[in-house]
Amino acid sequence: MTRSALLEISAVNKFYANLHVLKGVSLEVPEGTVACLLGPSGSGKSTLLRCINHLESIDAGRITMSGQTLAYEERDGQMHERPRAKIDRQRQDIGMVFQHFNLFPHYTVLQNITLAPTLLKKSRKANVTAQAMELLDKVGLANKHNAYPSALSGGQQQRVAIARALAMHPKVMLFDEPTSALDPELVAEVLKVMKDLAQGGMTMIVVTHEMAFAREVADSVVVMDAGVIIESGTPGEVFDNPQHERTREFLRHVR
Amino acid sequence: MTTAVDTQRNTALASASDRVAAKRHPWRLVFGIAATAVVIWGALGLWLNPALDHQTIYKYLTAGSILSGVRNTIVLAVISMVIGTVGGFLVAVMRLSSNPVLRAIGFGYVALIRSIPLLVLILFMGNLALFWSRLDIVNPFNPNEIWVSWSMNSLVTPFIASILALAINEAAYMGEVIRSGLRSVDQGQREAATALGLGATHSMFKVVLPQAMRVILPPAGSQFVTMIKMTSLVSVIAGGDLLTEAQNIAATNLRTLELLVIASAWYLLITGIATVGQSILEHRLERGQRKVSV
Repeated sequence: MTRSALLEISAVNKFYANLHVLKGVSLEVPEGTVACLLGPSGSGKSTLLRCINHLESIDAGRITMSGQTLAYEERDGQMHERPRAKIDRQRQDIGMVFQHFNLFPHYTVLQNITLAPTLLKKSRKANVTAQAMELLDKVGLANKHNAYPSALSGGQQQRVAIARALAMHPKVMLFDEPTSALDPELVAEVLKVMKDLAQGGMTMIVVTHEMAFAREVADSVVVMDAGVIIESGTPGEVFDNPQHERTREFLRHVR
Repeated sequence: MTTAVDTQRNTALASASDRVAAKRHPWRLVFGIAATAVVIWGALGLWLNPALDHQTIYKYLTAGSILSGVRNTIVLAVISMVIGTVGGFLVAVMRLSSNPVLRAIGFGYVALIRSIPLLVLILFMGNLALFWSRLDIVNPFNPNEIWVSWSMNSLVTPFIASILALAINEAAYMGEVIRSGLRSVDQGQREAATALGLGATHSMFKVVLPQAMRVILPPAGSQFVTMIKMTSLVSVIAGGDLLTEAQNIAATNLRTLELLVIASAWYLLITGIATVGQSILEHRLERGQRKVSV
């Protein structure tokens, strides 16, 4: 991995009241690579993901994308939260896919995808619609553009959610357990879309329990436990020759 | 009444054995007849009461001053409701704010206004001139230099005082209604909007509020119906509403009962229309949520 890091997380600490949930986490994600975050629940992997686009605040450390610190800026030797408008602009470059899809139920599939690009004037209305249809085609749902989310299966909803995030042309995509809320037979269709995306060169950070997906698609696998990264490496290294006892125990449980 | 579904079912089950007979509902008929009887009995009892002079009712039901009272009642209710709803939205946003000072202001407003009887608030507003006879805008550096000066009585007419009192009162109640509506929207919706880079305003008006409307609308409709009736309280400051006009007529012809019947009939009609409007709105909102296509 000689490519420069698109996203650089360095020494991030976070507390929930007195609970130290991220204890100095550092991670580099080079452009065009896929990092899979694994670990038992409560290990801090979702929290780390949510800190990247500032859905959660952090107490120390910095997250840098393309050379710019995210959500905070350094001034007088301390990190200060940026103004909301600036953070919102940074968020436009970070796509996020949630465990529970979080599609907007009062909009059609197409409107879900065009809402943000239209409001934020990414380009002209006609272009936005054409692009949204292209994205829908990419996730295999072009024929559902007029449907409301409630008429779709979980797998279809999650694919729309991916298209919605892609419509903002993000530099990086964050996936927070994207298949955990799905019926088992619907998991594959979502993973397929994610795999296509990875092969298309998208930089991705994926919190997942899908070991087969991580092994096949990830460039790096990162194992977290109790707020620290206990192990990271290529899928081969982590899955076939785990160094840490807790990694071995975790892998035994999920297999 | 045979529907298409019934026909289909009959065809499909034509040769089935042990057909289950349609369930009978005898109590529906019993309650229907009982309720109708009570309503007719009550209405006739009122209408045929010898104390009621029907000619007076016919004469004043559509009298000019009564119609103007009806118009004023509707105008009062609508304007106060609009201001009260906008104010209520601000109160709700303050109460849900992450800013503890704004939260306290919102909470204090609701607590204060809800503890003052509306009638008292109306009397206060109607008698503002007793507190301040004139409203002056003065040079802040030289209080003796008056820039503009209004007489309170000409600025705050009984009509304006009525709107002020009703709107201030309504904002407190609508604040609670809207707050519960906003809170009913799943946190994930806000997060999804935020993650897309939508600002607080877009997130509120394009994502959260449209979904909150489903929870807000039924109690808001109820608030509006209550508002129509509460406008009658402004008759204490001669607000020009329906009850004021009815009482003015009653004061000259002493036909109190008849004019109350007239006022009630109009209130019934106005609230009836408002209730139908509310149903239509709710129905349309539901349809948006349930629409299934392709």
